[in-house]
Amino acid sequence: MTWPLLSVLVWLPIVGGIVVMLLGSEARVQLGKQVALGTSVLTFVLSLPLWVHFDTGSAAMQFVESVPWIARFNVDYALGVDGISMPLVLLTTFLTPIVVIAGWEVIETRPAQYFAAFLILEGLMVGTFVATDALLFYVFWEAMLVPMFLIIGVWGGARRVYATVKFFLYTFLGSVFMLVALIYMYVKAGDYSILSFQELPLTMTEQVLIFFAFLLAFAVKVPMFPVHTWLPDAHVEAPTGGSVILAAILLKMGGYGFIRFSLPITPDASQELAWLMIALSLIAVVYIGFVALVQSDMKKLIAYSSIAHMGFVTLGFFVIFAALEAAPNTDGARLALQGGMMQMLSHGLISGAMFLCVGVLYDRMHSREISAYGGVVNTMPKFAALVVLFSLANAGLPGTSGFVGEFFVILGAFHANAWLAFFAATTLILGAAYTLWMVKRVVFGEVANDHVAALEDVSRREFWMLMVLAVAVLLVGVWPAPLVDVMDATLGQLLNHVVQSKL
Amino acid sequence: MPEMNYAAAAPEIFLGLAICAVLMADVFLRDDQRNVTYVLAMLALIGTAAVTAMFAVTEQVVTFHDAYVTDPASGVLKMFAYVTVGVTFLYSREYLQNNGLLKGEFFVLGLFGLLGIMIMISAHSLLTLYLGLEVLALSQYTLVAFNRDSALSAESAMKYFVLGAIASGVLLYGISLLYGITGTLEIDELAARVGSTGAISIPVLLALAFVVVGVAFKFGAAPFHMWLPDVYHGAPTPVTLFIGSVPKIASFALAWRVLVEALGPMHDGGWRDMFIVLCVLSLGIGNLVAIAQTNIKRMLAYSTISHVGFILMGFIAGNEDGLSAAMFYTFAYVLMAAAAFGMVILLSRQGYEAERLEDFKGLNARSPWFALVMLMIMFSMAGVPPFVGFYAKLVVLESVLNADLVWLAGVGMLFAVIGAYYYIRVVWYMYFADPIDTTPLSAAADMRIVMSANGLGLLALGLFPGGLLDLCARVLGG
Repeated sequence: MTWPLLSVLVWLPIVGGIVVMLLGSEARVQLGKQVALGTSVLTFVLSLPLWVHFDTGSAAMQFVESVPWIARFNVDYALGVDGISMPLVLLTTFLTPIVVIAGWEVIETRPAQYFAAFLILEGLMVGTFVATDALLFYVFWEAMLVPMFLIIGVWGGARRVYATVKFFLYTFLGSVFMLVALIYMYVKAGDYSILSFQELPLTMTEQVLIFFAFLLAFAVKVPMFPVHTWLPDAHVEAPTGGSVILAAILLKMGGYGFIRFSLPITPDASQELAWLMIALSLIAVVYIGFVALVQSDMKKLIAYSSIAHMGFVTLGFFVIFAALEAAPNTDGARLALQGGMMQMLSHGLISGAMFLCVGVLYDRMHSREISAYGGVVNTMPKFAALVVLFSLANAGLPGTSGFVGEFFVILGAFHANAWLAFFAATTLILGAAYTLWMVKRVVFGEVANDHVAALEDVSRREFWMLMVLAVAVLLVGVWPAPLVDVMDATLGQLLNHVVQSKL
Repeated sequence: MPEMNYAAAAPEIFLGLAICAVLMADVFLRDDQRNVTYVLAMLALIGTAAVTAMFAVTEQVVTFHDAYVTDPASGVLKMFAYVTVGVTFLYSREYLQNNGLLKGEFFVLGLFGLLGIMIMISAHSLLTLYLGLEVLALSQYTLVAFNRDSALSAESAMKYFVLGAIASGVLLYGISLLYGITGTLEIDELAARVGSTGAISIPVLLALAFVVVGVAFKFGAAPFHMWLPDVYHGAPTPVTLFIGSVPKIASFALAWRVLVEALGPMHDGGWRDMFIVLCVLSLGIGNLVAIAQTNIKRMLAYSTISHVGFILMGFIAGNEDGLSAAMFYTFAYVLMAAAAFGMVILLSRQGYEAERLEDFKGLNARSPWFALVMLMIMFSMAGVPPFVGFYAKLVVLESVLNADLVWLAGVGMLFAVIGAYYYIRVVWYMYFADPIDTTPLSAAADMRIVMSANGLGLLALGLFPGGLLDLCARVLGG
């Protein structure tokens, strides 16, 4: 690799977004859409070599680029991917074209700005995953708020302003304290490289404070109980594409942050406070699962289901300490970490697909209420089949991607403590309950009203965008080995790093 | 005589002469020829910049019996002041014309203000500093009252004059106490004598308190901020633009020359703690009260107070890093303030002041481009990357963390989040609301181009902040 692949993946969508924005006027809307789709597909194609040329045996950063950026603070424009970030980059580049297609005919107000916002957002998201310099990471991380703020606020539902301001302030509040922590470590370490932060010795007090600063930033993004309340609002009011990106990728930023920053930079504080993280994760899994059960709004239900599923991610990441204590080997801990990662990827696919399905219905009926539907299968058989597939995946059916992550995490938790595994496993019941009950009420039964009777089945555009996701969900479900291989070396090295105390 | 090095003051001498020329030329112009005055004023600025560049120094040069100094930092500060004044004039011309205010005095007073700023920047004696301060202040009082038929303007000019005079008096009293204690007004000498006494004595502390109050008033730091919202609100928008941007460079120079250079030995246990109080109060009052504003000029006034809180953080750190951080923040702030008030002017037109927040509603529908520019300005002020306002916050945070003031950094960030609310409110008005007023924007081409450049500059400096950061660090010897 001689040419800067990662830079291309970051800047190509951003440049494409600017072009789409400049094409702006009503007359060239079609051209703008085509440029948007072309850019996002090209970005996806260009991201495939990351997978092909990835050296699964190495835990080091690959495809690295580094040039000095801000000399005064020793900040480098440093990019690289390892087994943790590479799959997340692919997830981002894979979902963006789908989101563009999802908005193709639906977005009528300011379409150019809509597509431009998504492309710019894509570049920033990829940048967040590939940045290996903490300040660069932070710049991408915060800059994402700007397009997302606009996406929810301009194209969202009735209470969009409330939702987007809440979203912005929550996430901004979370991340500014991370900034203080990063600068604090810069003052100690002398540069902003994440690697040097990971090797920086820190006292327990420092670690705890930094851990909480990170926790605030990442817990809001994940989101963890009790700072999850922005998510249902944001999801409900966001346009379909916004919900997809929010659930599928932005939430992963939080999980990524835990595994990239919290665990390796503050291992002792993480161990000390793992009980807190596990408790919050289990509350998310169990309590939020019950909350999801009583929702009458489909988007809200999926939003709560996202919180519950992301609880598995954080559970997997922090149960490793208990698993290491309980057993002499690292098998349980490694399983839990892999499970957390698999859960992130799988949830990205499934939640994205679920929101797209709601979007398909919403575009026809302009209602997200479960009670407005009933018997959709009679008028939309193809659509119903896909919805049932994604719902089963969401409930964790073996053979779908949803099963892999949950199973790994539960196994890992079992290594630590049988009770933890027991509570975690309730999700299999709760998840099935709230998802399938919604499917029953929306899809099955008699045709509920005239509106449902008048529904048309999915168009070719909608069918293929859901089909691609369905294939991905099944593929990861039946053959997760390649993904596990990709992560294995990096996660192994992470574990070795985490068990070494920094004190 | 080596002491009379006129080259060190060449820019000031040139500008002083140029102002006289502009003033005289203006007398012979008819009312419909005022654009000539504008061109002449711009030429005076360009000429001054050229002279400054010609007589630029790489080492400190002290002249006029140790009353005057030219050093690399002063050159950079002055250059920045010229650019800002030029942008101010450019933004103002059309507005003044439309509102029947295009008079030569605006430009002449603006240039006199600039002259005062330059003298402050180059002061090496507290008396010179005071002289520059008064030249600036008197120009500003007059400028605020510039629209003489407006009762609001007259009222705020009166408030400004009375309060400003008191503050100048307080500062002067502090200076005279210092003179009484140390027997000198010359900055280096003062630093040496204050530093040699060891422990800080009560009389010195008293003098220091007066000086700090004076500085805080000129900065507009809480609790000496009362004049700021009324003056910003009452002054004609171009004057607000002037007052809101350029004199911040002077305030920086004032704090730098008096507190860092002359009274630097009294940082610990002296003005550092006073500044911490000012800083926290400014952050709190500025950000909280700004939320309640419905007038954008008042909102920006409170936002200024909060930004001043951040600039003070750089001084609190008390080292060269902190000082260059404060300088960087000042530059970033001046750019953002000029752009923000420029947008208010851009939206205004003949007989219509777009100074309510509501006037920004639906701007995206009226002009997507300028909505985007305003979006960049607002997010930059809120400190969101990749805009320059983020790096400004970054450098001051770094300097207070270096000084082991983690709690202050936390307080600053907390208020930054609160402050983000009123900045994003402007964005939501522009993007999420329908326009109340659908008249197309009517600004002239030069205004549009410079406005766009100003907005894009915030982004460009955000993507490549290294150059300006290095410059600030280099000229201040950090």
